[in-house]
Amino acid sequence: MSVLMRKRTGPIGAPDSCCADLVPVKVAQLNDFLTQHAGKSAMVIPALQHAQALFGYVPPEAMQMIAEALRTPYARVYGVATFYAQFRLQPAGRRTVRVCMGTACHVRGAGSVLSAWSEALGVKPGGTTADGEITLEQVSCLGACGLAPTVMVDSTTHGRLTPGKVKQVVSSLRKA
Amino acid sequence: MAERRGRILIGAGTCGLAAGAGAVWAAAERALTDLGLPDTPVIGVGCIGYCQEEPLLDVELDGQRFTYRRVKPDQVKRIIEKHLAGGQPVTELLLGECVDAPNPYPTLPFYAPQNRVATRNCGFIDPTSLSDYEARGGYMALRNALAKPPHDIVEAVKASGLRGRGGAGFPTGRKWELAAKSPGPHKFLICNADEGDPGAFMDRSILEGDPHAVIEGMVIGAYAIGADEGYIYCRAEYPLALERLRDAIEQARQKGYLGNNILGTAHSFHLHLKEGAGAFVCGEETALMASIEGRRGMPRPRPPYPAQAGLFALPSNINNVETLAAIAPIIRNGADWYAAMGTAGSKGTKVFALTGQVNRTGLAEVPMGISIREIVYDIGGGIPNDRELKAVQIGGPSGGCLPASLLDLPVDYESLQREGAIMGSGGMVVVDETTCMVDFARFFMAFCARESCGKCTPCREGTTRMLEILTRICDGNGTMADLDRLERLAGNVKITSLCGLGQSAPNPVLSSLKHFRHEFEAHIRDRRCPAGVCKNLISYRIEADKCTGCVLCARNCPVEAITGEKRKAHVIDPEICIKCGACFDVCKFDAVIRG
Repeated sequence: MSVLMRKRTGPIGAPDSCCADLVPVKVAQLNDFLTQHAGKSAMVIPALQHAQALFGYVPPEAMQMIAEALRTPYARVYGVATFYAQFRLQPAGRRTVRVCMGTACHVRGAGSVLSAWSEALGVKPGGTTADGEITLEQVSCLGACGLAPTVMVDSTTHGRLTPGKVKQVVSSLRKA
Repeated sequence: MAERRGRILIGAGTCGLAAGAGAVWAAAERALTDLGLPDTPVIGVGCIGYCQEEPLLDVELDGQRFTYRRVKPDQVKRIIEKHLAGGQPVTELLLGECVDAPNPYPTLPFYAPQNRVATRNCGFIDPTSLSDYEARGGYMALRNALAKPPHDIVEAVKASGLRGRGGAGFPTGRKWELAAKSPGPHKFLICNADEGDPGAFMDRSILEGDPHAVIEGMVIGAYAIGADEGYIYCRAEYPLALERLRDAIEQARQKGYLGNNILGTAHSFHLHLKEGAGAFVCGEETALMASIEGRRGMPRPRPPYPAQAGLFALPSNINNVETLAAIAPIIRNGADWYAAMGTAGSKGTKVFALTGQVNRTGLAEVPMGISIREIVYDIGGGIPNDRELKAVQIGGPSGGCLPASLLDLPVDYESLQREGAIMGSGGMVVVDETTCMVDFARFFMAFCARESCGKCTPCREGTTRMLEILTRICDGNGTMADLDRLERLAGNVKITSLCGLGQSAPNPVLSSLKHFRHEFEAHIRDRRCPAGVCKNLISYRIEADKCTGCVLCARNCPVEAITGEKRKAHVIDPEICIKCGACFDVCKFDAVIRG
């Protein structure tokens, strides 16, 4: 990751030329947020959450902005971003499939359901399809244990899944 | 049409919405407009606990309230037309009459043994309305408490016998006493709402259905220990709970229940909401505080205990959601009332999340000391498909598996611990003969290995090594020496890990080895998985005599491993087969054989 190697220059808190690939409006919004909390290292997690909400993931440029504005070493921001499961350091697909791997789903066959998703989409859990369309994730619990096994496609929950049903959901996804 | 006063209530917690409550809600509003009753309120209430029957829709009319179960959007209009407008309940779709009492449906087996204290308002109030909460006695306990010296509050909670509902079961009153004695003008009270245990969702349900119950408990606790600032640390995976909390904190602030000089007294308490970011270990109190401070959520050795030096090195006190939700009723009804429920060492009620291979799933709040059998069979209605109960897993990744022979064990802190399980947060997962206990132990170990923060070696390396051994056994490559190795390693990790995650991670393995050793031995000695789960030890084939060539299996195979002509016997290509069992499950002629 090249940004890790680069020497930090420029005024603290100001987005520099590294943000050229990011949407300028969103960079400005992140900067507004950071200005409100300047110097407060306890705000690292909310800042990363804000960045992810804006960009869909946490780009290295955003981590650098956060490090500078909150006067926290870049290594610590990176450390926090990689510690928590919520943060993605790579862009996600247009749609997200979250397969619940909670206990109730596990005993009702979530393992087979996950393999079926993996096979049908041709990606491992955590990966994104080659066309950048669908990201497959596994989550600890969706809290819909009564409908186990469950999966959340974007914001829609499908319950009582079987590997056969997965095939149907995938083909409807591909059409959508 | 005669004018009738009524309203519609819809169970709209995360679970209800997942089951389709949103579409039911929309259908209700459409139907009311069509029927010329657009002024009838439609209220989204929290979860009443009966997940199995979601989505739930209630018609409240002339002071009576009837609940409809598994409501489909196309049934809503008929329900509203006949019942709300016509006064005639649609009996065939009814769950029952809902009464405003600690047991809302006394005649239903799922509710008969229940006594709702922490979940008292869930399903009864509009969780977005502070006045709904006040109308049911909300913030009365706070008024009472503020009229007494803080010491009296600590004593009342001590006398109630309430113990921490997050898992460890430390007496809440004693915790408050320690925090109250800790010197300093600035203290924190923190609510642990980082319910990470897969299979437990009682905290989410309380936060979504009755957020003010938790806030009131916090303000009372803060007064008792002398805290002026507080945090609710809630996991990011609960967006609805976060939204409810954000609104409720603002309402409480405007009404003077939070902020400076609460209700005109000298007590001030400022409450912040902190969103977690997905780390199970943050349920551990020192890790949680590190996370609030903006760092990696890693635990640290104690002492110093949070009561001495906690958040930002100031005296801090941490309580769980369910614990805090029980505070206001204790203050209002008295310590004796609470202590009259439960057993000698475990007082009051506990909410259990009943899931897995059981007929009725959901949340049940029962008095401590009730037997596991009563929960699984009376409340849960037993095991579906005429199968046998094999085990009940209590306490999630930190808990253990109890066999059918221990079904009469009372659920209290001591009894569960003695048998190798723990109360934990109250997740109760029922498994039948289709669950492999070795694979189940591996599932929990994989969870702990993934969630281990990596700070201390026993947990970081130990969980990974145990996972490797368990995987080896599941793959059919285990040896008998592996069992000894596993047991020794589990014992070492248990006593040498830094925090509760590592110390309890071996529990599922140790309890499985204790009660289900024969299953481990079958994997090793006979290269056989008795439950037919471990993929390396099973294979699928189609018996040509029984196969009718209906092609149902081929259509359901996710990897197209099954071929054959219509009305002729099919075959499974073992090279392509991923052993998902889809064909086995759908075949109507028992032609798919698992061996």
